[in-house]
Amino acid sequence: MPVQVPDLTPAVPQIYVLIMTCVTLLVSLFASKKHSAWTYILSQLTLLGAIVLTLLYFHHKSQVTFHGNMIVDHVSMLLTIFICAITFFVLLYSRDYIKQHKMPNTEYHVLVLFSTLGMMILVSSYSFVSIYVGLELFTLPLYALIALRRDSAVYSEAAMKYFVMGAIASGMLLYGLSMIYGATGSVQIAEVVKVISALPSSQHLIILFGLVFVIAGVAFKLGAVPFHMWVPDVYDGSPNTVTLMIATGPKIAAFGLVIRLLAETMPDVQLAWSHALMLIAVLSIGLGNIVAIVQSNIKRMLAYSSIAQMGYMLLGVIAGTANGYAAAMFYVLIYSLMSLAAFGLVAMLSRDGIDIQHIEDLRGLNERNPWLAFMMLIVMFSMAGIPPLAGFMAKIGVLEAVIAVGHVWLAAVALLFAIVGAYYYIRVVKVMYFDDPLQSTRIDLPTGDMRVALTVNGLSVLALGIFPGILMSLCQAAF
Amino acid sequence: MYIEQLVFIVSSAALIGCALMMVIAKNTVHSALFLVMCFVASAVLWILLEAEFLALILIFVYVGAVMTLFLFVIMLLNLDIISREKGMFVRFLPIGIVLILGMLAMMVYVISPEHFGHLVPVHESADYSNIKELGMVLYTQYVYPLEAAAALLLVAIIAAVGLTFRGKAHRKAQNINEQLLVKKEDRLTILKMPSEGKEE
Repeated sequence: MPVQVPDLTPAVPQIYVLIMTCVTLLVSLFASKKHSAWTYILSQLTLLGAIVLTLLYFHHKSQVTFHGNMIVDHVSMLLTIFICAITFFVLLYSRDYIKQHKMPNTEYHVLVLFSTLGMMILVSSYSFVSIYVGLELFTLPLYALIALRRDSAVYSEAAMKYFVMGAIASGMLLYGLSMIYGATGSVQIAEVVKVISALPSSQHLIILFGLVFVIAGVAFKLGAVPFHMWVPDVYDGSPNTVTLMIATGPKIAAFGLVIRLLAETMPDVQLAWSHALMLIAVLSIGLGNIVAIVQSNIKRMLAYSSIAQMGYMLLGVIAGTANGYAAAMFYVLIYSLMSLAAFGLVAMLSRDGIDIQHIEDLRGLNERNPWLAFMMLIVMFSMAGIPPLAGFMAKIGVLEAVIAVGHVWLAAVALLFAIVGAYYYIRVVKVMYFDDPLQSTRIDLPTGDMRVALTVNGLSVLALGIFPGILMSLCQAAF
Repeated sequence: MYIEQLVFIVSSAALIGCALMMVIAKNTVHSALFLVMCFVASAVLWILLEAEFLALILIFVYVGAVMTLFLFVIMLLNLDIISREKGMFVRFLPIGIVLILGMLAMMVYVISPEHFGHLVPVHESADYSNIKELGMVLYTQYVYPLEAAAALLLVAIIAAVGLTFRGKAHRKAQNINEQLLVKKEDRLTILKMPSEGKEE
């Protein structure tokens, strides 16, 4: 049997990340304590290199390689670029935190890189097998990252919860996928689509049976109601920088999972999964926004807000049109930028005994550091969906998509809860600007590059709100 | 054909029975042993499907290694914690039965010959090699997920080391160099003292 060598060029960014991660691991293993900065530098080079390599390939058309296991199209490339860029910022924001909290430097960086690689594989998978392996590769390092400081019972508990919930979700997903494999006889998405569209609708029952489990697994990974229970506990129980990691990149990867498994694999039963997602989205938006109001812990509040935001993102997927998918993609990219800034600020301010746990800890931030307060203000207003910020444009996009297919009531419900949600976002702003600070000492971010990065991050939310055109058209071109 | 069906029925019954006993058994060690039995029974089923290699792997890896480790872990844990929650089983039984029956009805309805057809395994000739066929697709068609799985195993190693390694400071490790360079003077002290006479 002649062996056909797959075309490796589309996979170059992933191969590069894998090799560089191993190099980082070896270098930091043999480097002395003095040179521990090399771990950080090599990790950042890995991520930057992956972005550059993906950009170099960006003008190509979509291409399926590795015997139909991998697809490189504009969806995967755009998501890959954002995943790598966001992980770059995550590592930058967490550099000081891991030093202060004595987390093992090498393991932290290498696990983050492997998780990034898993996300890259996930968004560019084109078969059930590689989707599953990619999913495991991106979640497994996260469990370990949470528990990396073993001495803390809180972290261990959070890791345990995340691990058990993640295992159940993976099991569900795998069961659903095995059902679809049983019905179609293939694990490759291109084949599965063909078989499903050829099936008479009386034979769809088995597909729907598998679909239920797939949706449950996907909703677990997104952290959407009714599979959301782990979100607040894990966000709250993890070290701040790990929360930062979990709350940003994985959301983009989970969106990739939704697109690959639902939009691309099962366009013929779109009606069935969009009804299920409708329920999930409405519950997420409702529960997330209402429960977030009573939270006094800022990480829990942001966790419930992420549940609600994932609900909004799903609105675009529910629409089931190219415009809808593009709007959902725009939404998830903007959301990860906002949550990067919000959790990043929380992570970077938590040092020297000042631990940002409660919203009250941000009291009078404006007097202590007006610029940081302004950045947080931009992010909070953007999350609430106030113009002219990016969050507003993102919400407009998904609502427009959902109205275009005739679900006006869905848009109305979403809008109503957006108003409810505005309360708790604006409360943070009120606490920062109008409450008296408990201490009047000035606080600042640890280093200059972090200040620059947070500024870039915050202003990008503003800039993408005023000029959403470029990213929006990239998203639209992807579908 | 008749013997095959008999083997199928016996091992399926054993599989279902053992799976049930695994959940019901009060003693955790018994549960683990029933799980081992489940693996053996499903290995028999796999052999009936002519997936000999996978069946052997199931026995070697899962029965031989994974479950043995599992038993070690169970024996190392404090089992009092589990016995305290004795009432849990009865308390959750009604809702569990409802869920199981619902699930079972759904599965029987969906996974029926109506949707799947009567799938009879095709018999291959005696010189058919499972391993060869697996190897051919594993390293060609599925090389992408295979490489990703390799990375996954590396992550597992790093995570395991990261979570358990407590650094040199806490270990009582030998320093071979120091041991070899040791001199007699470092360890032995010769004291000069007057000899004592025998007590009368």
